[in-house]
Amino acid sequence: MTEPAAPTAPSRRRFLTYLIAAPTLAVATAQAPAEAAVADIVDLGDILILAGAPTAHMLVLTVGEDGGVTFRLPREEVGQGLTTAVAMLVAEELDMPLGQVRVQLEDARPELMFSQFTGSSNSIRSLYDPVRQTAAAARSRLVRAAARQWGLGAGALTTRDGAVHAPDGRTAPYASLAVAAAARDLGALTATPKPESAHRLVGTPASRIDARAMVTGKQQYTLDLDIPGAKPCMVRRPPTVGGTVKSVRNEAAVRAMPGVLGTFAIPTGVAVVAETFGQALDAKNALDVVWGPGTVDGLSDDDVRARLRDAAAPLVELPPLTAHLDAEFDFAFVSHAPMETNSAVADVTPDRATIWSGLKAPIIAQQSIAEELGLPVDKVTVHVVQAGGSFGRRLFFDAALEAAQVSKAAGRPVRLMWSRIDDMRHGRMRPATHHRLRATYALGRVLSFEHRVAAVETDFRHGLGEILTATAARLPGSVGNATFAQTLFHTTVKSPYGFGLTTQHLTEVPLRMPTASWRSVYSANTRGAEEIVVDELAERLGQDPVAFRRASLKSSAQRAVLDRAAREGDWGRPMPAGHAQGIGFHEEYKSRTACLVEIDATDPRRPRVTKAVIVADVGRAVNPRGLEAQLLGGLTDAISTTLRAGLHLDKGLPLEGSYSQFHYARQRDVPTDVRVFVMPASGEPGGAGELGVPAAVGAIANAYARATGTRPRRFPVNFDVDFTPFPR
Amino acid sequence: MPTHRFTVNGQAVTVDAPDDLPLLWALRDHLGIRGPKYGCGIDVCKACTSHLDGEAVRPCVVPVSTVEGREVTTIEGLADGERLHPVQEAWLEQDVAQCGYCQPGQIMAAVALLKRTKNPTDADLDEIANVCRCGTYFRIREAIRSAAARMG
Repeated sequence: MTEPAAPTAPSRRRFLTYLIAAPTLAVATAQAPAEAAVADIVDLGDILILAGAPTAHMLVLTVGEDGGVTFRLPREEVGQGLTTAVAMLVAEELDMPLGQVRVQLEDARPELMFSQFTGSSNSIRSLYDPVRQTAAAARSRLVRAAARQWGLGAGALTTRDGAVHAPDGRTAPYASLAVAAAARDLGALTATPKPESAHRLVGTPASRIDARAMVTGKQQYTLDLDIPGAKPCMVRRPPTVGGTVKSVRNEAAVRAMPGVLGTFAIPTGVAVVAETFGQALDAKNALDVVWGPGTVDGLSDDDVRARLRDAAAPLVELPPLTAHLDAEFDFAFVSHAPMETNSAVADVTPDRATIWSGLKAPIIAQQSIAEELGLPVDKVTVHVVQAGGSFGRRLFFDAALEAAQVSKAAGRPVRLMWSRIDDMRHGRMRPATHHRLRATYALGRVLSFEHRVAAVETDFRHGLGEILTATAARLPGSVGNATFAQTLFHTTVKSPYGFGLTTQHLTEVPLRMPTASWRSVYSANTRGAEEIVVDELAERLGQDPVAFRRASLKSSAQRAVLDRAAREGDWGRPMPAGHAQGIGFHEEYKSRTACLVEIDATDPRRPRVTKAVIVADVGRAVNPRGLEAQLLGGLTDAISTTLRAGLHLDKGLPLEGSYSQFHYARQRDVPTDVRVFVMPASGEPGGAGELGVPAAVGAIANAYARATGTRPRRFPVNFDVDFTPFPR
Repeated sequence: MPTHRFTVNGQAVTVDAPDDLPLLWALRDHLGIRGPKYGCGIDVCKACTSHLDGEAVRPCVVPVSTVEGREVTTIEGLADGERLHPVQEAWLEQDVAQCGYCQPGQIMAAVALLKRTKNPTDADLDEIANVCRCGTYFRIREAIRSAAARMG
């Protein structure tokens, strides 16, 4: 790569490099394999990479005079391990210790357009080349600066351990070159990232760069920041989702409560600002508010299910006597429920605003908040703060917008936090879905595979993270969000099997509910349901589930992953009564995975996955240890949502209000034996953050079915209202 | 406003707050000790788990008035200066944390467990009810076993 843009003027203390290049991405459309789905040819990640390409190289890397390197990452870290993986890429190219690379989360930079969006398991795919090229260019400058100092040719110099080395033994640590390397007259530089065969750090397991901060309590989340004068704030929310404030009956009494500094009506509820969160919570609970109607008042689970069944497209009529298998599935609403509830700090004055929050799409947050406050975008600073989980939730900026509204009204900075109950009930959720599947078969082969999905609308009004695409997504009717949904569905959902004529179809029911993409978006349910049908087809055809999959998969790379899982998991070993194995497979984000679980369902009401073996081929794992963590997380998500965790919608509001009611797995629900195997590198990095969920959903459901002799059709399988809901 | 005197991580502190203010907010909002996290406020998620006189408690449901004269230890007080507690070391070894938000509570729960029993069984580990929404449970189990071995 050539370096077309000069670095910005160096300060005395550091050197900066901005690199703007024009990368190209070739999307292979020729020679599409037989039975290729849209997502086999171009997937969502390709589209996001193409959209982001013009600005993907506008990255900032600073070599400090302390010898450390700081990389400003235009993405969000929510636990997926991205900062560590990116630090590894930087350290690799610069031949320096990982511990000397710092990664800062970049503020919202609207000029980055589509290149500041964390989603679709696309960060490593989209950053792998630009980050390496940026770091390689920095290395090239450091080498050139040393060459000039020593009067040697740059070609003779090497880099090692954070220093430039000359053949005669002279050494210049990067710290000593930081200013000289920023000189404008170093000449035309070419910088090519290392060949992957030379990688010494990338591809080896590394621990998180923030692990020590996390185990000592020093890791700062939004509400751990000390913003001078920022006071705790909580919001009383309506008794049904989307409800509005009509009036407050006891405003004066609440304002007189201990520690209360003010109450403020905002579009989503009534905010209380107080000296402590304890007092804000008491005051919020004491508020007596007259509410306007919500957006889905009166709607409950049964109504939603009926609407979804009505909406699902009909299956193709079959000729008489065609051998076929039909199955229908329902999946409940699911809370994202990150441990850190929605939160934000805002400091709004008449002529500017500063926001701190965990944001995966900070540009659209900045633009929307500027619009809301009536300020120019460049007067709104949005700091992206590392977050306590997301699972899709932090694509939206609900708390940041509210904090801005309250700060403006209160005339002071506020630290706004959602209560857990509100986070679960009014926070966003994965939409409920209904699935109608039909496969036809003859002579031991599947001839066609149809899947009709009906889903409550998933809100994609964050667009690709900025105002143009968000505005497009906000268009009414059958364009806008619905178009986004169709594109997303068809560029992510595909069958890995050669099942003859395969069609997958999505119909969305546009209920106005607080929804958002949830880890793996459509795939957890859609591909999970398909994996269950694959097992049932194998049974119809008298074949073993692994052998049937093996014969039906499309590629040798897929079969290698399946085979490894079957071998490592000892597929087919005898199991006691009430126990069983189950297998699932999934391919997406240019990656593929197989999951083999064992379940103890001797008590079908409290089954436990006792063992899991997961194999993943992600093309090239930057940090296998981080990848294993993501697969472990995906497994736990699948255990939870398949067996016990969901939301019951009741007259316009989820009943669940805490982890005592939304049964996300705990220690007693998870396997005591988990083994994860990462396949050797074979190409470019694929996506991994969401990869683990769909195969594990299939594996767990299939194991449960085999252990209990049932055919589970509704998920989660054990989903009673086994609690007394909190008051509305 | 009542005054409450107690010890946090070896330091004597004074908090002027209503008797029923949960200790969590005395720590976080009055004293600026932000290691213990809010996750539910009702002793369900256990993200705020800390120690009161060496026993695991959830400060979100402990009224500040009840800790008068007692010793509170939060995650910040677990290490001996730069020297980490063996449980923290084990957490690093197993690279347990993902988002990290629940981990202070997980670690404090694990320390309390290992105080009660040197070699916890699977059944003992199953009793830990702290939620980890990233699903790191298996690594938590491995880390506690490793810490138990370190602590002999």
